[in-house]
Amino acid sequence: MSLQTLHEVTAFLWQEADLLDHKEHDAWIALWEESGRYIVPIDPESTDYANTLNYSNDDHAMRKMRAHRLRSGEAVSTTPAPRTARSTSRIVILKEDGDTIVVRAAQNLREFHKDRFRHYTSNIEYTLKRAGGSFKIAQKVIRLLNSDDAIASIGYIL
Amino acid sequence: MTTNLKAADLVQADRVHTSLYTSAEIFDEEMSKIFESTWVWVAHESEVPEAGSYKNTFVGKQPVIVVRDRKGEIRVLLNRCRHRCATVCEGKKGKTQSFVCPYHGWAFGLDGALRNVPYEGSYGSEGLDKKLFPLPGLRVESYQGMVFATFKEDIEPLVDYLGPAKKWMDLFMKQGAGYGIEVPGEQRFRFPGNWKIQLENTTDAYHFPLVHKSFLTTLDPQALDTFSFMEGDGFVEDLGNGHSVMVMIPELVDLEAHLDQPIPERFAELAAELAKQGLDDLKVRKIVRAVGGTGFNLNIFPNIACSMAFFRVLRPISVEETEIHHSVINMKDGPEIANQYRLRLHEYFQGPLGFGTPDDGEAWCRVQAGVHACGREEKDKWIMVNRGLPIEKQGADGPRSDVTGETGMRAAYQQWKKLMSA
Repeated sequence: MSLQTLHEVTAFLWQEADLLDHKEHDAWIALWEESGRYIVPIDPESTDYANTLNYSNDDHAMRKMRAHRLRSGEAVSTTPAPRTARSTSRIVILKEDGDTIVVRAAQNLREFHKDRFRHYTSNIEYTLKRAGGSFKIAQKVIRLLNSDDAIASIGYIL
Repeated sequence: MTTNLKAADLVQADRVHTSLYTSAEIFDEEMSKIFESTWVWVAHESEVPEAGSYKNTFVGKQPVIVVRDRKGEIRVLLNRCRHRCATVCEGKKGKTQSFVCPYHGWAFGLDGALRNVPYEGSYGSEGLDKKLFPLPGLRVESYQGMVFATFKEDIEPLVDYLGPAKKWMDLFMKQGAGYGIEVPGEQRFRFPGNWKIQLENTTDAYHFPLVHKSFLTTLDPQALDTFSFMEGDGFVEDLGNGHSVMVMIPELVDLEAHLDQPIPERFAELAAELAKQGLDDLKVRKIVRAVGGTGFNLNIFPNIACSMAFFRVLRPISVEETEIHHSVINMKDGPEIANQYRLRLHEYFQGPLGFGTPDDGEAWCRVQAGVHACGREEKDKWIMVNRGLPIEKQGADGPRSDVTGETGMRAAYQQWKKLMSA
């Protein structure tokens, strides 16, 4: 695979990270294929997300509702909204097959909410499809390092 | 206790004292007088399906292993080597042949018996009398697949302790739709607050339209109607021994009734898929009704709730910290598509990324933050649980108020008072 592809993928992931940290949810949803799934598994070994319990396994409708919930002002847990800054790095292309690219990256996310800093580190697996000179997200699986421990509420998109 | 009041004075008919949420001394006393002195839920039997299957959990602050032994009996053993105390079992769940201490290698059977001690000669020519050093077991009983354990050997049988809660457990298990139920996983989260704040919440319908507004606005009109129960015919009833039930949606109390009613729009696709798989109409209706869960929350004192469609487990960590598990319930060997609906519905509302739980959690944090604003005068140090008290009437098994009443909290606190006064 080419460095050019790695560059393109990196630029795309950084753009996504920036949209999420700045809560530009409509633009984030536009990055997705409608059939795509946003998945936060509990079991670190899980790959059968449909038949296991996850923290979330969002289809298009759920993604839109989640984004709405985060900015509606109706949810006490996100009012005020947590502030986040995430660093996406260690980006590796695992597989390239036609227009489909499978990517794995590390994400370090710092959250500040009200009076407390939290730190979430994840391995993230993306399935991207080339579209219109850029990509669409076909699947995003966020594997929190502490996914099978007790965690605190997460009032934003990972 | 840090206040001059005794347990009996800290709980009144309509209010409880601030120190119940803030006193570390009271918390320690709760661990011994409540969690080590009554029946405590430890597992659903499906979590330890075969000989050697185990689950690590806690009774109060004490780590215990729930394990199925070779004879198929479920045992609850203290997770502590009898030699020098190292835990002998790690990991949340798993399967093993035995429990071997990682420190010096003492090996215990699934029934807790000490089987092997390395280099035994140093204990004298007779060796160590292994009969004297098993992993101690708690008394274990179960009802409807729900496994409880207790340190109190002479306590009443579990079925007597549960009393009228049993019939609600029977109703709750109907969401197996004839397949039986299993617990294939759970979400775990913690919040900075006292365990009783969560205990109260299970039979608190009063918070629902406000705290869960962001969930309610995502529902279709039909589902929204189902969840608009504040002025309906629901109720909260004291079931004795600290247990209570809150019926929010009366038509969903018995999942095997009303099978002739139209299938809700949000389950139309599921019903069509089940029919396509060759299930007859009655079975389809039964499964679809079961998928949505029951219309009530049953609170079993002190640590487990049968909450509409899942088990809510609470674990006290410290006076101002609590861990919660939301265990999902599936139909054992039921249709895959129906179980997928149940998993997605659970993820929708429950857990730390759900559309409901984080807002509950935030409200509880605010309770724990606000409880410290208790002034200097005794009159300012009370938490009110008097809602519904003036309109309480005798129900089938105990005092009953409207769905928004605080009858369930009063039931729990009267049991708290009884155990803490012992």
